Amino acid sequence: MADPDNHNGDNPHGPVYRVAGALTITRAATTQREINAMPDPLTIDLSEINRMDTVGAWIVYRTVRDRGAKVIGASRDEVSLLKEVAEFDQPAKVHPEEERGFIRAIGELGQWVEETGRTFVGLLGFFGATLIGFANVIRRPGRRFRLNAVVQRFDVVGVRALGIIGLMSFLIGIVIAQQGSVQLAQFGADIYTINLIGRITVRELGTLMTAIMVAGRSGSAFAAQIGTMKITEEIDAMRTIGVSPIEALVIPRMIAAIIMMPLLSFWAMLMALLGGGVFVWFSLQIPPITYIQRLQEVTPPTDLWVGLIKAPVFGFIIALAGCFQGMLVEGNSEEVGTRTTSAVVQSIFLVIVLDAVFAVFFSNIGWV
Amino acid sequence: MTAIPQNLDPETVPKDCLPIITVRHLRNAFGEQVIHDDLNLTLCRGEILGVVGGSGTGKSVLLRSIIGLQTPESGEIEVLGENMVGRSEDEAKNIRRRWGILFQNGALFSTLTVAENVEVPLREYFPGIQPPLLDEIASYKIAMGGLPADAGPKYPSELSGGMVKRAGLARALALDPELLFLDEPTAGLDPIAAAAFDQLILGLQKRLDLTVFLITHDLDTLHAICDRVAVLADKKVIAVGTIPELLALDHPWIQEYFNGPRGRTAAQSYEKGVVA
Repeated sequence: MADPDNHNGDNPHGPVYRVAGALTITRAATTQREINAMPDPLTIDLSEINRMDTVGAWIVYRTVRDRGAKVIGASRDEVSLLKEVAEFDQPAKVHPEEERGFIRAIGELGQWVEETGRTFVGLLGFFGATLIGFANVIRRPGRRFRLNAVVQRFDVVGVRALGIIGLMSFLIGIVIAQQGSVQLAQFGADIYTINLIGRITVRELGTLMTAIMVAGRSGSAFAAQIGTMKITEEIDAMRTIGVSPIEALVIPRMIAAIIMMPLLSFWAMLMALLGGGVFVWFSLQIPPITYIQRLQEVTPPTDLWVGLIKAPVFGFIIALAGCFQGMLVEGNSEEVGTRTTSAVVQSIFLVIVLDAVFAVFFSNIGWV
Repeated sequence: MTAIPQNLDPETVPKDCLPIITVRHLRNAFGEQVIHDDLNLTLCRGEILGVVGGSGTGKSVLLRSIIGLQTPESGEIEVLGENMVGRSEDEAKNIRRRWGILFQNGALFSTLTVAENVEVPLREYFPGIQPPLLDEIASYKIAMGGLPADAGPKYPSELSGGMVKRAGLARALALDPELLFLDEPTAGLDPIAAAAFDQLILGLQKRLDLTVFLITHDLDTLHAICDRVAVLADKKVIAVGTIPELLALDHPWIQEYFNGPRGRTAAQSYEKGVVA
């Protein structure tokens, strides 16, 4: 074992660090600490060690390099190992060099602006490419339209989402009815709960919540599927064979999202109305027949149009963002994850922005 | 087809052999599909053993069984004197510290730089080692792997295929292992890079007194650096020996493999000393 007590002992040139036994990685931390604790000029005595690995040799080497320590008692093997690790000495760099503080913040801001700008321009470009793709498909529907792919997407985007969207909307209907009735009851106006349920679900929430669910379910899947295909070079293979990835992958997904969104939204509206109806029946003792009659009186048909006109636009935005982010994937599998996240964030953000635009638009044309 | 002579039988332990890995009667199966049946193999201290076999003969499954990533159906596996089958995670940790593995595609952690990758096993097993010593150890291991200093702060996605393998080798060497597992180290490298990698392995094996278990398809690698070659076919190791010894057998796969057009070219270039 090390013998750090042997300071200044019989050696006139300073303390001697004597190691015995194995000088290996197992003892690296202790050995380094003991050596650090000893003053210069230091002599390291290796005569009593029976085993040394490269980590042990490295500790001896760096002590010699940095502190000019003297090594005594090394056997031939140990001397050659010391020489070998010396050959591998190179500057230790662990992290990429980075600017610090203010400069870095400015740089990051600039990068963010550039990135956002690029994304926006890229999204526009992709939008254009899909329009061209649509035009090609419309011009020669017989050859370019991929019915099987589209039908398969209908199933994945639409049919399989019925359960979760239905349940979610039913619960939202209950929540609106419950919260609304508590507030309106303070004015003795709890019958207006039905107005609230009818107008808010049909006009706004049915479509908006469906869009958010579809973005999370299908927008993310689009990005991940296309991104993975990008990494495995399937997209490149398609291009070289002469198949346009826009026509084969993007258009079917867009058609599916555009057609399924209004259908799913309508389904969501019905389920939310049902949820609200169940609540008012049991809680406010309003029978279903009254509920339906009152709904018809207070919910104008334009509300339904407002909800349903928005839906395909939202579907288009979701598919656009999902496919666009998928196409942007490059390099490693980690990127699939980050791109999928941005696809969902981007599509939900755009959906809400557009929803606000629609709200202003419809109230200006008098559909209030 | 002649019987396998006693000295090439995988069950025979060679003379002067200190067994590092002993595999006896190993059986691996996925459902109905039997991968290994009664597989035997011995790896001796200080040798480089090449494992060859056609695609789908279970070379990688053998490696995974030995390092404990795959539990065999039956059989015994002993590594560095410890039984590997049915061990607890804690017990296995002490053996894992003594070996290093280079996976086929490097298996570098993609969110860490090369230097941080090399530091992972060091931090895990020896948390007492602090920077700057830690960083310096990582740095000289990277140099041992044959990479320049500026590779340390790079991320795996910024490296070429050959550099990824070298970085993976540096990580495999992090804990000064006695035993090194290499899974197709030269696959996907150009011939020059592959030859350089062979020499790197040979040099390290000599310097660090390593025992190497090497899975490969590369005939040049077999000729250049392997002391013995184990041939995997018919769900078992059919023979282990030097290449000339194996060539004396008239097993169809061995003949096809070493005496096919590629095999002959590789052999000739070594006889003439062109590459060596």
